[in-house]
Amino acid sequence: MSLQKTIALIGNPNTGKTTLFNALTGLRQRVGNYPGVTVERKSGTIPLQGSAIELIDLPGTYSLAAQSPDEMIAVDLLLGQQSGSAPIDGVIVILDATNLQRNCYLLSQILECGLPILVVLNMIDAARKSGIRIDVRRLSARLGVPVVETCARTGEGIRDVLQVLCQLPPPLPTPPVTPLTLPAALATAQAAVAETAELSAVEALRVLVDTEGYAAQRYLQRCPECADRLAEWRRTAANGTSLAAIEASSRYTWIRQLLRDVVATPAVRTKSWSDRLDAVLTHKIWGTLTFSMVTILVFQSIYAWAGPLMDCIDWLFGTLGTTIGAYLPRGALRSLIVDGIIGGVGSVLVFLPQILFLFLFIAIMEDCGYMARAAFLMDRLLSRLGLSGKSFIPLLSSFACAIPGIMATRTIEDRRDRLVTIMVAPLMSCSARLPVYTILIAAFIPAHAYLGGWLGLQGIVLFAAYSIGLFVAIPVIWLLKRTLFRAATPAFVMELPPYKWPSLSLVGHRVYERGMAFVRRAGTIIFAMTIVVWALSYFPRPAGIAQKYAGQRVATAVLHHPAEAAAELARIDREEAGAYLRASAMGHLGQWIEPVVKPLGWDWRIGMATLASFPAREVIIAVLGTIYNLGDAVDETSAGLQSALRTAHWPDGRLVFSIPVALSIMVFFALCCQCGATVATIRRETNSWQYAWLTFGYMTILAYGAAFLTYRATEWFLG
Amino acid sequence: MTKRLNTLRPGERGIVEAIHGDSAVTQRLAEMGMVPGATCEVVRYAPLGDPIDILLDGYHLSLRKRDAAHVSLA
Repeated sequence: MSLQKTIALIGNPNTGKTTLFNALTGLRQRVGNYPGVTVERKSGTIPLQGSAIELIDLPGTYSLAAQSPDEMIAVDLLLGQQSGSAPIDGVIVILDATNLQRNCYLLSQILECGLPILVVLNMIDAARKSGIRIDVRRLSARLGVPVVETCARTGEGIRDVLQVLCQLPPPLPTPPVTPLTLPAALATAQAAVAETAELSAVEALRVLVDTEGYAAQRYLQRCPECADRLAEWRRTAANGTSLAAIEASSRYTWIRQLLRDVVATPAVRTKSWSDRLDAVLTHKIWGTLTFSMVTILVFQSIYAWAGPLMDCIDWLFGTLGTTIGAYLPRGALRSLIVDGIIGGVGSVLVFLPQILFLFLFIAIMEDCGYMARAAFLMDRLLSRLGLSGKSFIPLLSSFACAIPGIMATRTIEDRRDRLVTIMVAPLMSCSARLPVYTILIAAFIPAHAYLGGWLGLQGIVLFAAYSIGLFVAIPVIWLLKRTLFRAATPAFVMELPPYKWPSLSLVGHRVYERGMAFVRRAGTIIFAMTIVVWALSYFPRPAGIAQKYAGQRVATAVLHHPAEAAAELARIDREEAGAYLRASAMGHLGQWIEPVVKPLGWDWRIGMATLASFPAREVIIAVLGTIYNLGDAVDETSAGLQSALRTAHWPDGRLVFSIPVALSIMVFFALCCQCGATVATIRRETNSWQYAWLTFGYMTILAYGAAFLTYRATEWFLG
Repeated sequence: MTKRLNTLRPGERGIVEAIHGDSAVTQRLAEMGMVPGATCEVVRYAPLGDPIDILLDGYHLSLRKRDAAHVSLA
C-alpha cells in the first residue's frame, strides 16, 4: 500500500484530537522525532481504498504564534518548510463544538496557509446536550471548506471524515467566502516583511506580531542588521497599541461575523454538572481535601501497589538467570548472559509497573479534566519558584521514581518549565534510595527514642534523607530559572475544560504507549550501560586467583567432612568473587579514585561500590556484599552485611564506617543521579544528550560537595 | 483609572475594554479571547488565593492575578 498523501491534524488542546487520531488510524501509528526539538513526531496511517494517507498529529495549540522551536514545528510543517518532511497535502482542523468561537481563532490562522482544509466539529454530542445548535451547511459555505460533525469518542461521523479525505485535496483551495482583513497598517507592514525577507505572508505576520516569539528570533538570527527595520515596521503598524491585540481583535471580529446565524447558544447559560462538580473539587476545604487524597492515592500506587509486581519481575529475572546459568559452563559467557544481559534487562523492566501505574492515573486525570484542576490548586506554591502548578504531579511522582516523573512532564507546555522540572526531578528521593538509607541507618544510627517512643532517631534520619533532595531542589530551580532558562515568567493561562468520563480506550492506549516507549528506548541505552559496567567489574581475570582458590577447593574436599565441606566451598566461592572484583578494572578504578573519595571519609571499597552503582543506585548493596565476600544474596535487611560494615577497617586498624561516613554516603546517594534509566529517559524526553549530561553533572558535583560538608560537619560536631 | 480584572470578586462580571502591555502573556490572553467586548465573570479564586477561575465567553480559563491585572474592564 503506497502512501499517497500526507495530512496534518491540528487543533486546540482538549478538543479530542488524540481520540480522533486514534479513531482514524487505529493502532497503525509511529512515533519518531523532529530534528533538534523536544517534540515527538507522531504519525499514523489511514487506509483508504487502494491507497493510504499519512496523518501527522501536531501538538495541541491555541495559536500559530510560536514561542519556542518546539512550537514552530506546526508553522513550518503547515508552510512546507520543515526539514526532513515533505510538504503536506492538507490539514484536518479539529474544533470543539461546545466552544466554537475560541476554537475558530486557530482556524482563522490556518486558513491563511493556503492548504486544502477539512474542518471537524468534534464533541457535537456535548454541544447538542447543552443546547448549542450549529448550522453546518452555512458554516461550510461561508468558509468554503468541508465541515464534518463528529463525536470521536463514540465513533460518530468518522465515516464522513474518511469520505471527505478520499476527495482531498480538491482541485484548488477555495478562499473563505468572507476573507479576514487585517487593519491596513498591519497588512502593509506584513507585506513589507514578506517581501524583504522573502517569507510567506503567514510567517511574516508571526515575525511582525510575536515580539517575544520564535519566528522573529529566527528572522533576526538570519538577518541581524534587520533589527532596526523590524522595530520601525512594528512601530508604524502598532501605532501605540500592541500588534498582538490588533491581530486578536481582527480575528475575533471576523469570527463573530462568521458565526452569526451559524451558532445558536441558549440565552442563559445553565450551570452544568461540570460547574457543580468544580464547586466542590476546587473548593477551599473540599477541593484541597480531595486533592490530598488523590495525591496520596497516586503516590501509594507507585510506591506500594507496584511493589509486588516489581518483586515479581525481579524474581522472574532472578529465576531466569539461575535456570539459564545452570546450563552454561562457568566463565565469561555465563557471567555476561546471567549478570550482564539478564540482570541488566531485569534492572530496567523492574520499573515498568511504576510507570504503568502512574500513567494509568495521569491518563485518567488528564482525560477527565482533573489534571488542569490539580495545576489550578497547586500553582501558587510553585509560582513562587518560577514554575507553574503543572510541575506538581511530575515532581511528586518522582518521589516514587524519577522515570515516570520525567515522562509526566509532557503535560507542561512551557518548554523552559518542562526542562527545569525534568532537571530537578531526579533530586526527589525515589524508592530505589530506600534500601541504601535502610541499611546504613540500621547499621550506624542508634535507635534512640524520644517523646515516649513516638519519635525515633532512626526515623528522623530517614525522614531527613528523604527531604534533603526537596530542599536542595528549591535553590537549584531558582538558579536554573535565572541562568540557563532565563525568561519572563511564562504565562499561566490555562483552560479548565469541562469534566467528562475518561475514555477507557484512550487511557489504555496512552498507558500502553508510555510503557512501550520506556521499554524500547530507555531499555536499549541502560542495557548498553549495564554491559559496560559488567565488563569493567569482570575483566581482567588474573590466572593466579583461579589457581589459588582451585587449590583451596581441593584441600577442602580432602580435609573436611562432606557436611562441612559444602559451607566451606560456598565461603571459598564468595572469597573468590571478592578477589576477582578487587582485581577487576572496576576494583583498580576504585583504588585509583581513593584520593578523590577520601575527603568524604570513604575508603576505596565504598568508592568502588559507589562507582559500580552509577547505572542503578540500589546495586551498591549487592556490590558491598561482594566486596565483603558475603555473596550476591544480600539485601538491605541482611544482618551479615550490617555487621561486616560495622567491623570493616582501614589498613591502620581504624574502623572505616562511623556515623559521619554513613551520613556522608546517604547524602551522596540522596543527591546523586545514580540511575542509568533516568539519564536515558532525560535523553529521550528532551531529545538531546545535553540536558541528560547536564543533570548528571550538576547532581554529581552537588552530591560530592554536600557529602563532603556533611562528613566534615558531623565529624566536627561529634568530636 | 478603570477597573481591572484582578479586582473583581467571585460572582462579579465585566466587559473587556482593553489589554495593556505587549508581552507573551498579553498576547496569549488576547488569543484566548480576551478581546474588547468579551464577557468575563470571576467564578472563584484557587484555595491558596491565586490563580483565578474566569468564565470567558462561556468557557473556563484560569489565570494568575498578576496577569489578570493587564485586563481593564469597561
